[in-house]
Amino acid sequence: MEIRFENVNFTYQPDTPFENKVLHDINFTIKDKSYTAIVGHTGSGKSTILQHLNALKIPTTGSVWIGDTEISAKDQVKSLNDIRKEVGVVFQFPEAQLFEETIGKDIAFGPQNFGLSEEEALKRAEEILPVVGLDASFMDRSPFDLSGGQMRRVAIAGVLVMKPSVLVLDEPTAGLDPKGQFEMMSLFKELHEKQDITIVLVTHQMEDVADYADHMIVLDEGRVVGEGAPGEVFQNEQWLQSIQLDVPKTVEFAQMLAEDEQWVLEDVPLTIHELSDFIMEKLQKSAVQGERTGDVDG
Amino acid sequence: MSLISLQNLFYRYTTSSEKFVLNDISLTIEKGEWITLIGANGSGKSTLVKTLNGLNVPQKGEVTIDGLALNEENIWTIRQKVGMVFQNPDNQFVGSTVQDDVAFGLENIGVPREEMIERIDQALIRVGMENFKQMEPARLSGGQKQRVAIAGILALRPEIIVLDEATSMLDPKGRAEVLSTVKSVKEESNVTVISITHDINEAAQADRIFVMEQGQIKHVDTPEEIFKLGEELIDLGLNVPFAEQLKEELARRGLNVPEEYMTEERLVEWLWKYDSKM
Repeated sequence: MEIRFENVNFTYQPDTPFENKVLHDINFTIKDKSYTAIVGHTGSGKSTILQHLNALKIPTTGSVWIGDTEISAKDQVKSLNDIRKEVGVVFQFPEAQLFEETIGKDIAFGPQNFGLSEEEALKRAEEILPVVGLDASFMDRSPFDLSGGQMRRVAIAGVLVMKPSVLVLDEPTAGLDPKGQFEMMSLFKELHEKQDITIVLVTHQMEDVADYADHMIVLDEGRVVGEGAPGEVFQNEQWLQSIQLDVPKTVEFAQMLAEDEQWVLEDVPLTIHELSDFIMEKLQKSAVQGERTGDVDG
Repeated sequence: MSLISLQNLFYRYTTSSEKFVLNDISLTIEKGEWITLIGANGSGKSTLVKTLNGLNVPQKGEVTIDGLALNEENIWTIRQKVGMVFQNPDNQFVGSTVQDDVAFGLENIGVPREEMIERIDQALIRVGMENFKQMEPARLSGGQKQRVAIAGILALRPEIIVLDEATSMLDPKGRAEVLSTVKSVKEESNVTVISITHDINEAAQADRIFVMEQGQIKHVDTPEEIFKLGEELIDLGLNVPFAEQLKEELARRGLNVPEEYMTEERLVEWLWKYDSKM
């Protein structure tokens, strides 16, 4: 499902002394089946945008199109249930929202609220567990006896059980160890590739943007200040740093190499494989030139 | 005499569970050292540091801090010497303002008001939060909250600061803030730092890294040596340093890279030099 922002402005507590405008003329499109990353430093408006993605917030002016549904201040949509089913949001540290006595009941909570019987909802919960890498034996266990990474999987299952076509992830790897981070990102990659779920990733981890996203949107002070494929956006390291953002390690390393002008590369390497290939090519080129020079000398 | 000495520590959470979470741990840490503890989830890292101030009481073994054996008599003295910062910034903010939060520990040990005010000011200056005294926690970032938590500990003039994944819930900026705060505090006062972390930059600050596995210390070495473990590091809860990952990829492509641990800067220099010799 496509999500489109058209001239979205958002103001907290408008027409009061506490009025605070946090989004300014936001325009962008999250394409259907894309893997879009939204980046920006703390306070850039990421969270407010995220809350617009499933109509938790309504634009003060402008429109958010979620599929064929227009969300705007002028005509209030009567039922937001359909939108909430289509767009699943996994908030930061979602394990903090677990509350039921068993994992099965916790996951079944959403579907029941949307009208399924307890039996049907539990059945769906059981079906979704393998998707997040857990099995049916977890159904009757308490969510509070799990490790942090497992708890987060349960919380994500509680969103996936609604069968959303768009999955919005707010810092999904925060607080996990590197192995847990990798497993979590692999899970989303699989959902994107095998089930065609549109992924919207809000993150500070530029390596994840480089490794997984096909499109990125850069925010600063409530405005969209950059947009494009990660390979394009990451070319401009200085500009990103000026808005307090990092570049992936591979780009940083390539820039260190490029301090010697013979090592300047045409494209920024987004993965360690691309970087290694580039380094090997450069060394081989030098070796060939070395041999030629050697011939002349001889 | 070492600042911290643990002798043949055994600990399990309930006597009914058979497995010891800490299974015969002995170690010493000197004053002014920076120690990083790494290990897989459940290897006993947090359980271990909580024995240093009696939050966990071992079933067997001895804990000695600054010459004092940890027992019921000494526990309150020792708790002033060992300050801990935990993972979640929101769970350890007790005051309604920054200065109230820092005051909490001092009130508990009955420091007179005049001295308390002085100590709070000093502590907040040392973590760079002196301009936030009257702020409420809701208005602070995660990194700022953790710096206030550190100030709360500094006000008690501790010998040892324990960071139990204190940066893991923070964004990169907050993480850098907290790390540089700890570094400067350490330089000023030669406090001993023990950190549990999954962050390679934080781990690199250590004088020695202790590797834990199933309740035991398996390995003690400098970061340079530990970082050579390569892929194994991932199972120990750390990432492989970027330069090491790159070296491995280059080796796979047939390049004869040096074996010793290299920082990114050194690898860049090595590549330039290698290239110029061709």
